[in-house]
Amino acid sequence: MKDITAKNLTKRFGDFTAVDSISFEVERGEIFGFLGANGAGKTTAMRMLCGLSQPTAGEGYVAGFNIDTEAEKVKAHIGYMSQKFSLYEDLRVWENVRLFAGIYGVRKDLIKPKTEETLAKIDLTAERNTLVKEIPLGWKQKLSFSIATFHNPNIVFLDEPTGGVDPLTRRRFWDMIQEAAEGGMTVFVTTHYMDEAEYCNRVSIMVDGKIEALDTPRNLRKQFAAENMDAVFHQLARKATRIEN
Amino acid sequence: MISIKNISKHYKTVEALKNISLEVNEGELFGIIGPDGAGKTTLFRILTSLLLADSGQAAVDGLDVVRDYKELRRRIGYMPGRFSLYQDLTVEENLHFFAAVFNTTIEENYYLIEDIYKQIEPFKTRRAGKLSGGMKQKLALSCALIHKPRVLFLDEPTTGVDPVSRKEFWEMLRKLKTQGITIAVSTPYMDEATLCDRIALMQHGELLTIDTPANIIAAYPKKLYRMEATMKKEEVKTNPKVETCFLFGEYWHLTFKNDIEPTWKLKEIQPTIEDCFVEKMK
Repeated sequence: MKDITAKNLTKRFGDFTAVDSISFEVERGEIFGFLGANGAGKTTAMRMLCGLSQPTAGEGYVAGFNIDTEAEKVKAHIGYMSQKFSLYEDLRVWENVRLFAGIYGVRKDLIKPKTEETLAKIDLTAERNTLVKEIPLGWKQKLSFSIATFHNPNIVFLDEPTGGVDPLTRRRFWDMIQEAAEGGMTVFVTTHYMDEAEYCNRVSIMVDGKIEALDTPRNLRKQFAAENMDAVFHQLARKATRIEN
Repeated sequence: MISIKNISKHYKTVEALKNISLEVNEGELFGIIGPDGAGKTTLFRILTSLLLADSGQAAVDGLDVVRDYKELRRRIGYMPGRFSLYQDLTVEENLHFFAAVFNTTIEENYYLIEDIYKQIEPFKTRRAGKLSGGMKQKLALSCALIHKPRVLFLDEPTTGVDPVSRKEFWEMLRKLKTQGITIAVSTPYMDEATLCDRIALMQHGELLTIDTPANIIAAYPKKLYRMEATMKKEEVKTNPKVETCFLFGEYWHLTFKNDIEPTWKLKEIQPTIEDCFVEKMK
């Protein structure tokens, strides 16, 4: 079953084509790595898939809904975790969970038990009353991920979720991602760490608004005769001709 | 060139820096490597006279960061982690402004920034707020350099930047080093460590180690092996012979308590700085 489908998805701003007719499909339960240099069009593409920006041309389906005409339904069926985690620093740990559960429309009688279950799972029960601004970055990260997936979305979008955290926290976070995927959740993730590209089932690499490569990490390494994903990325990204603007 | 003695700093209940001491030599490209919250920015703000330490002393180019702050500020360049140029001024106006503040002109030290600035010169009439991340970074570096500082402080200049642009930025730093400028740069990316002359690994306000990347790698206490990550995670983690196992892309990096697991296809490898960092975090 396809959880994400993009068909010639395009976004233009004036005469600038940020996303240039990209097509791909993501299967249920897949970890899909969405790579590209700064300015390649990743964020714009991701915003369209999340129903936050209307495509100029082409079409896309996420969780079975049209991203253009059913954007609100798309939003209800996905989870989104941004780089900055977007937690409320002045709310307590449990209050953040409560707030987002409400925003995502989780049934009221389910929120309380599910909150306890979630906090226990990420070892934050003892910190339930701590203000979010007082907890370390690694904790914010796992809290943010749990909040983004609290309503059991089919798909979770993770925008550079591991920036700035230490190497152990980074690896523990990938354990969480893999566990979620094993439970059937589809994971769409961007990252600048090329070793993390290896943890994805498949990886796409965007250059100048187009998807220039899409395959399993193993096949990409073979295709580009590269030692690792970093080398694959360098080969492709160096081809970029678009002047950053 | 930079001398730090027993510097400590706390914010409310957080100990941001715990008795830090280190020396950076003239002309060195010195890296401070550590995750968010390690204390990198606090250290840089103390060294640039923007923040007072609770205790300890620090000097840059022979000038005390507290007593001689006025002269110090003339001799250093600082690129903060957060973009802090004037968003409503154009590229050229920003550069002109910083030159004027330091009583110099763009022309006087143009040779120093030429390589970097010419990449953004086609956009010199664009407002700084409208630039892409990569171009902002180049403009900020140009502005930090325009008064020909003796020491340059770069606080996480490559955070959130893609691998190709990161490499280009480090090539720029290597070039600056040949001009005799001492550079202190912080980064959360472990792979950038090997591009520095010496590095300090930092975590929770403490220095884990200070040395050349080669020496830190040579001091790794165990034999390190890699194995293709085809086996189930649990199977690797629960093997009683294994001491540590961490995924590095498509490979496991493993150390063993005593004997290696004979049935696994292992290859002894040289540790990366990330292996060393993880080992020292324990």
